[in-house]
Amino acid sequence: MSSAAQPISRTENLAWKIAPPSGWFELDLPEVWRYRELLYFFVWRDLKVRYKQTAIGVVWVVLQPLLAMLVFTLFFGRLAKMPSEGLPYPVFYYTALLPWLYFAASLTLATNTVVENERVITKVYFPRVILPFSAVLSGLVDFGIGFLLLMCMMFYYHLVPTVATLLVPVFLMLAVLTALAVGLWLSALNAVYRDVRYVIPFLVQFWLFASPVAYPSTLVPERWRWLYGLNPIAGVVEGFRWAITGQGQPPGRLVLVSALSVLAIFVGGVIFFQKMENRVADTL
Amino acid sequence: MSDTAIRIEGISKQYSRGKREKYLALRDVLTEALRFPRRIFQKKREPEAGEENEYFWALDDVSLEVKQGDIVGLIGRNGAGKTTLLKILTRITRPTRGRARVVGRVGSLLEVGTGFHPELTGRENVFFYGSILGMRKREIEAKFDEIVDFSGTEGFLDTPLKHYSTGMQSRLAFSVAAHLEPEVLLVDEVLAVGDLEFQRKCLGRMEKTAQGGRTVILVSHQLNQIRRLCKKVVWLDQGKIRMAGPPLEVAGAYEAALLAREDGGRVLPSGAVAKVRGLYWELEEEKPGNPHVLKSVGPVTAKFSVEINKPLNMVHAGLSLHSPENQLLWGTAHNIDSLKPGVYEFVYRLDSIPLKPGAYRWRLCIFDENSILEYWDCSPDMLIDVEPLGHLDEQWAGILNFPSEFALYDESRKQPDTRIVRGRIWTTVRFR
Repeated sequence: MSSAAQPISRTENLAWKIAPPSGWFELDLPEVWRYRELLYFFVWRDLKVRYKQTAIGVVWVVLQPLLAMLVFTLFFGRLAKMPSEGLPYPVFYYTALLPWLYFAASLTLATNTVVENERVITKVYFPRVILPFSAVLSGLVDFGIGFLLLMCMMFYYHLVPTVATLLVPVFLMLAVLTALAVGLWLSALNAVYRDVRYVIPFLVQFWLFASPVAYPSTLVPERWRWLYGLNPIAGVVEGFRWAITGQGQPPGRLVLVSALSVLAIFVGGVIFFQKMENRVADTL
Repeated sequence: MSDTAIRIEGISKQYSRGKREKYLALRDVLTEALRFPRRIFQKKREPEAGEENEYFWALDDVSLEVKQGDIVGLIGRNGAGKTTLLKILTRITRPTRGRARVVGRVGSLLEVGTGFHPELTGRENVFFYGSILGMRKREIEAKFDEIVDFSGTEGFLDTPLKHYSTGMQSRLAFSVAAHLEPEVLLVDEVLAVGDLEFQRKCLGRMEKTAQGGRTVILVSHQLNQIRRLCKKVVWLDQGKIRMAGPPLEVAGAYEAALLAREDGGRVLPSGAVAKVRGLYWELEEEKPGNPHVLKSVGPVTAKFSVEINKPLNMVHAGLSLHSPENQLLWGTAHNIDSLKPGVYEFVYRLDSIPLKPGAYRWRLCIFDENSILEYWDCSPDMLIDVEPLGHLDEQWAGILNFPSEFALYDESRKQPDTRIVRGRIWTTVRFR
């Protein structure tokens, strides 16, 4: 009890202004930065809880992409004989499944995050964007484990990293941003309309086939490829596969269009999320 | 830097009635949109005058300034806007109109245990909860032992919270909360939840908090707690500030208003025309003021006006004082020979009424040789609005209230060391 009586020093010269909601875009990045520790704790809690609740824990994290890879290799590869740009089918599918599964899992996590934390939201302030952000970040751990497995596969198939591999972090960041952009929309939508989360499994399923996971994007006619790029995750998946394996043409235009699409979705997502944020504490 | 910690300028908050329970379903919205596609593009209508009852102002043009280091109490009935005001100051929700400015690191306690997760261990929950409350990781690490010590749950730190008893959970949560040391602390009625032991600990900390230059806004229904802790009290009524000022005054007025709402009323004996009727009563003190509010522990005169309609013989008048729980606290009786019809004043001089602050009821009974004539529960109640002079912790203060002195004699030196006990006892004697 001794520390309570110490006089305080105003080292942190904070002052905040409270005003009615105004303007379209009020994302206060310095503030989000000030709350980085809470962001860390949200991610930390998510991970702790997730790995405690699943009995097989880490095994599941490894098993999920592996099984998906096996199914894809068997059906799309061996049976349907999809072109794989000269890559062994397991590598071809696994390199795409890794970012895709990260994206799909992040969407599901992000969608529920605002509603799941409604108790906290109505009792304590923090920048609400931290919630979808933490959902998207906590998925990265699974991604990391999956990535280690990928390295093993590369070694097994004698695939040597190329210069393009240096771009992997860039595509990873793009993947995070994509998941965050879509996650902002879905978490806000789900906070307002409670039935959104039932739509997510279908959304994810359709989205999978609209993305170059089971097939290379070169299957899409050249003319329409820019349109195909509007699918924000298309650029990420294709770019990731290219950066890892270094095979084929760099998907420059596709990635560029996807990146622009991500940016638009992100800005729209922030605006929409803020509109939700302003009323959510009153309606939850 | 100015010493204003919180400045609130014309804050208003509008809520729509009933919207809270209703969750929208996207399904419904989409069906609606398909059936009436044009409606999507129509602008949402502003509430019109006729629709006022769909909306209500939880806060209506509230302005307030709080100095650094003040403890301000917020009182008012349920739904008066106290929690809404706190929620706006903590930025959980935003005002519909008006602005406010808060200087310093703000911590809020609107609920204890927010974000506790049953799957996490006690240790993990301390960290997450501390962080939710706005504590730094380093800060939590530094205070960790103290927090655990305070909660008394040492042996269970690595047990998942779901195996804790409810009491243990709340003790742990309270302990984290009690170690929150922001510059501005906003507290909703959370203290009422904990056990008395813990309340005492918390109040002690809070007082120290303010001594350390921190600012506190406290919502409480326990008026004596407010009287004791706060330097200023704000009374919110239907979203507006009804009164703001020194605690004794505002808490007293609030209590008086609460009582006026209830109908104390007079109970007439069943009989056609009353032979006796109580008219009104009042107090007379040295300093004149509200005739139904007792302001000092000193001498006071209580007067009761009674109308007599018929000649009475062998009158007997009884006066008693009752607690809010209707417990008899004090009583007296006098015999009067006979009374002619007219209006009489029954005057009682009392050296003091040494009761703790609160509402009390006088009861005047008039008997004649045959039976009880009037049984008058005086309305309004008497409000005692004096400084509490007993133990700072209400549970030990009792129901009486009078000054006392404390002297400490050193046997060897035979010199008294006198202190007035009505001072802040917690600064000299520590209870644990």
